[in-house]
Amino acid sequence: MTFLEVTLQLLDGFKITVILFLITLLGALPLGLVIAFGSMSKFAPIRYITRAFVWVIRGTPLMLQIILVFYGPGLIFGMQGLDRFPAVVVAFIVNYAAYFSEIYRGGIESIQAGQYEAGQVLGMTKTQIFFRVVLFQVIKRIIPPMGNEIITLVKDTSLARVVSVVELLKAAQDIVGLHAIIWPIFYIGAFYLLFTGVLTILFNRIEKKLNYYAG
Amino acid sequence: MALLQVDNIKKVYGKEEVLKGISFSLDKGEVLAIIGSSGGGKTTLLRCLNQLVEPDEGTIMVNDKVIFDAQLTKKLSDSEIRQNRLHFGLVFQQFNLFPQYNVFRNLTLAAQLLENEKIKKSGAKGSEKRALKRAAFDEIDEKAEAILKRVGLSDKKYAYPCELSGGQQQRVAIARALILNPDILCFDEPTSALDPELTGEVLKVIEGLKSSDSTMIVVTHEMEFARRVATKVIFVADGMIEEMGTPEEIFEHPKSEKLKQFFHKGVEVIANLEE
Repeated sequence: MTFLEVTLQLLDGFKITVILFLITLLGALPLGLVIAFGSMSKFAPIRYITRAFVWVIRGTPLMLQIILVFYGPGLIFGMQGLDRFPAVVVAFIVNYAAYFSEIYRGGIESIQAGQYEAGQVLGMTKTQIFFRVVLFQVIKRIIPPMGNEIITLVKDTSLARVVSVVELLKAAQDIVGLHAIIWPIFYIGAFYLLFTGVLTILFNRIEKKLNYYAG
Repeated sequence: MALLQVDNIKKVYGKEEVLKGISFSLDKGEVLAIIGSSGGGKTTLLRCLNQLVEPDEGTIMVNDKVIFDAQLTKKLSDSEIRQNRLHFGLVFQQFNLFPQYNVFRNLTLAAQLLENEKIKKSGAKGSEKRALKRAAFDEIDEKAEAILKRVGLSDKKYAYPCELSGGQQQRVAIARALILNPDILCFDEPTSALDPELTGEVLKVIEGLKSSDSTMIVVTHEMEFARRVATKVIFVADGMIEEMGTPEEIFEHPKSEKLKQFFHKGVEVIANLEE
């Protein structure tokens, strides 16, 4: 196989990697916020249930969760489960939402009570205080840990191969197996580096943008 | 009838009784200074007035309207509490400006949100709504400009809080409280977080607000300021009003032992510093 042929085939896999990455972000960013609110709820049962859920999700391998979502329904309940890709997407969104929720929670809890009180005495509603006063400050504070987590997500997408979703790593493995050449498996490192490199630059820019104020 | 009538406010945190039944009244145009040792309940009292803390007992009335009554079995809704809160403004010890907004936005944000709510309630739609909004927002902008001028910060309109000195930040905080036209403006140790050389500018601004139709409550450790600006002084100790009177009565002729001791301690501290 020529370099060009390999590259084209790997690009097909890379496309799946990028799509999985984007859908996961789209789902996990808002879901994480919901979970964060659950884990800060004043209503104890909700708080306990949410925190237990986060513990389970963070405490077990993502690969195991993917296997469970894909094979679980059929093996355990004898019912028709999700297709490969949707199953992977569900596992990724839930897993990353759990991690994001803890980052959100840390950010939200780091905002001084005085900000909420200032909003209150100015007659703002709780919703207004959250969206107009607190959220932006939270975003600024969580950008670095979020960048970390999101870069990890890029590499974690390679776990999708466990249920035979042909993402970048699986695409390379297939070439290696079929054509008895080893270099494509190392070549994909460049794809990941490029992807994470772009994200690193993006996050640095955002961080710089938000640095117009201190605090 | 008094503008503010506070009756028998009590607050318990765990086992500690922070406020043990505070009652006082305040007329329009008065400036009330609340003095006393740290931990005596002064700040909690202010926070009760602003409904940041819910008293366990007592009533609070503004303009003969009950805005808090611990006896009421039915809890007030969030929006009622919010409305009641607006009778009071509060300037915090730590300023609590919104760091991501510039000075002007800090002033206009809450006012605009409240106007929006009013317009929404009025049921206006489409172009009528837009016109109402534009008029209201223009008015808010004008008012913000005027208030900024009053606290001497017109040139800092577009500065961010982090670019200002503590004294300037506190003046912005005062302006932010003023823009909502509270019946009673409260100050919680407004100069305690400031370097000594910056307290003057803030106290001057507060003094400048004194007028026949502005009513203020100032929790402060600045005795000179209290003596000069206040029309009424309350000395709070251990959650109770130990003594209440005109500045002259309190500062020149203190009656209670605790108050005499309180003043004496201050003198002692200064004496120790001088040694």
